[in-house]
Amino acid sequence: MTPMIVALDVRKTFGPLKALDGVSLEVARGEVVCVIGPSGSGKSTFLRCINQLERIDGGAIWVNGELIGYRREGDRLFPLSDREVARQRLASGMVFQRFNLFAHLTVLQNIIEGPVTVLRRPRPEAVAEAMALLERVGLADKRESYPAELSGGQQQRIAIARALAMKPEILLFDEPTSALDPELVGDVLAVMRDLARGGMTMVVVTHELGFAREVANRVVFMDRGRVVEQGPPATLLSNPSHARTREFIAAVLP
Amino acid sequence: MSGPAVAAPGGPAGVSPYEIAHLTHVRPKHYGRWIAAALVLAAFAAVVKAFVEGQIAWAVVGQFLTASAILSGLVNTVAMTVWAMALGVALGVLFAIMVMSPNPVLRWLARFYIWFFRGTPLLLQLLLWFNLALVFPRIGIPGLIEWRTVDVMTPFMATLLGLGINQGAYTAEVVRGGILSVDPGQTEAAKTIGMTRLTTLRRIVLPQAMRVIIPPVGNEVISMVKLTSVASVIQYSEILRNAQTIYFANARVIELLIVAAIWYLAVVTVLTVGQHLLERRFARGGRTQPRPEAGAEGAQA
Ligand SMILES: Nc1ncnc2c1ncn2[C@@H]1O[C@H](COP(=O)(O)OP(=O)(O)OP(=O)(O)O)[C@@H](O)[C@H]1O
Ligand SMILES: [Mg+2]
Repeated sequence: MTPMIVALDVRKTFGPLKALDGVSLEVARGEVVCVIGPSGSGKSTFLRCINQLERIDGGAIWVNGELIGYRREGDRLFPLSDREVARQRLASGMVFQRFNLFAHLTVLQNIIEGPVTVLRRPRPEAVAEAMALLERVGLADKRESYPAELSGGQQQRIAIARALAMKPEILLFDEPTSALDPELVGDVLAVMRDLARGGMTMVVVTHELGFAREVANRVVFMDRGRVVEQGPPATLLSNPSHARTREFIAAVLP
Repeated sequence: MSGPAVAAPGGPAGVSPYEIAHLTHVRPKHYGRWIAAALVLAAFAAVVKAFVEGQIAWAVVGQFLTASAILSGLVNTVAMTVWAMALGVALGVLFAIMVMSPNPVLRWLARFYIWFFRGTPLLLQLLLWFNLALVFPRIGIPGLIEWRTVDVMTPFMATLLGLGINQGAYTAEVVRGGILSVDPGQTEAAKTIGMTRLTTLRRIVLPQAMRVIIPPVGNEVISMVKLTSVASVIQYSEILRNAQTIYFANARVIELLIVAAIWYLAVVTVLTVGQHLLERRFARGGRTQPRPEAGAEGAQA
């Protein structure tokens, strides 16, 4: 079976800074991978390259077997148009640290916006599915609320529902609980745990090592734009082989 | 220790400075305001007196206030305001999007447009449009469909193009500011659900930019009402031109100018109220702040 994500020697620079310095990673279908690492190590940048919010400067990424960002003809690569990139992005959904719900739309409108506008689904169908998703994240009673009227934890669960409404094959999470008050973190993690059990392929950048230990199939430690080491959570979190990983885990664990 | 033992500086000896129950509040006198108000009233009275006693036949003002030439001028003024503003906003949105486009050709074209039409006087632009036939005797698509420019470039057309295109250059900057005011996270979220750049603009960014765009555009509508009077130089029969036509015949200059002023003020007053209502509506529609009646989780739990 083809892996869900294959990243080969991915490079991304911002001016003189090498944000990604040759990252290679494979994620299997249904796998949950947690990415950890110090601030500035390139975790967000890597996620953003997977769904083409950033264009990579070197290497290549395949999502579900499809080379992203380029069309290959023989030995030549042609950059894809805006429209084609938009189509490729449908394979992955993204959940942001700061939620980024559409501020001018209600909860329900946020969720059906993609299905109706992008996928051209009939509205009643989209609404029915949105309601099912709202049930799933436990917020059916908030359908008419605006994002500003919700707590951070509620907003993040709506953001997850919005991503799910597009029926993506992968969900990318960029520190989904970092902007939340501690007592709201649990609700969001519960929804994510539920998704993982349901077989969703997930790449989760997180500082929640407890979540990583419990839910992840694999933990990846990044530092200075590189993957330093990776392995099953029990091994990597309890018994890391690199000094830098040990230092990081010691610093993050209370 | 029960409070400081020393007396307040300047206060009566033996009374604690923290004892304030017996103090009274003295209202500030604001002598300056009274003097200013008196001066303004006097000046105002003098002006009113001059108008009342001057060579102004108020009966003539009343008579021409609803004269058919004046009313048709009024209709033309309002119609031109609406059309020119509609063209201006449409061009403004279009060129704002072009200025922010990744395509350098579109970007430079839009910059040129803004540079040219903000950089030359409106009056000059009106005259240019009106006299376009001197440069392009015929317009249209050669071989397919063509018109004589003098037939197309009526005073209405020249005014509409002059005012609308000029307005578009200013509105483009207003719209650009509005677009920049929207959190880039909104665009990123739209991209991740598969929206193209233009769909993102239309569905996500522009609706949110409206809150920032509406107030200055409302302001410009009001300014446009009066700007239409410039078109009198190219024979567009708006209200000021029609007033002039009448006073060239009957020499009641001040009376007719007063008639025109009354109508301009009336239209602007209506628009000011309209703008106020529109802004209130959009402040509510934007909902970036929680509304008092909803909001907190606890309130609904
Ligand atoms: N748009 C950008 N322009 C310039 N530099 C950037 C940009 N985005 C990221 N960087 C830089 O690239 C490096 C990697 O950033 P990235 O956001 O991927 O780190 P991170 O691992 O997600 O860190 P954090 O845990 O703080 O979120 C950082 O040094 C950052 O300053
Ligand atoms: Mg980050």
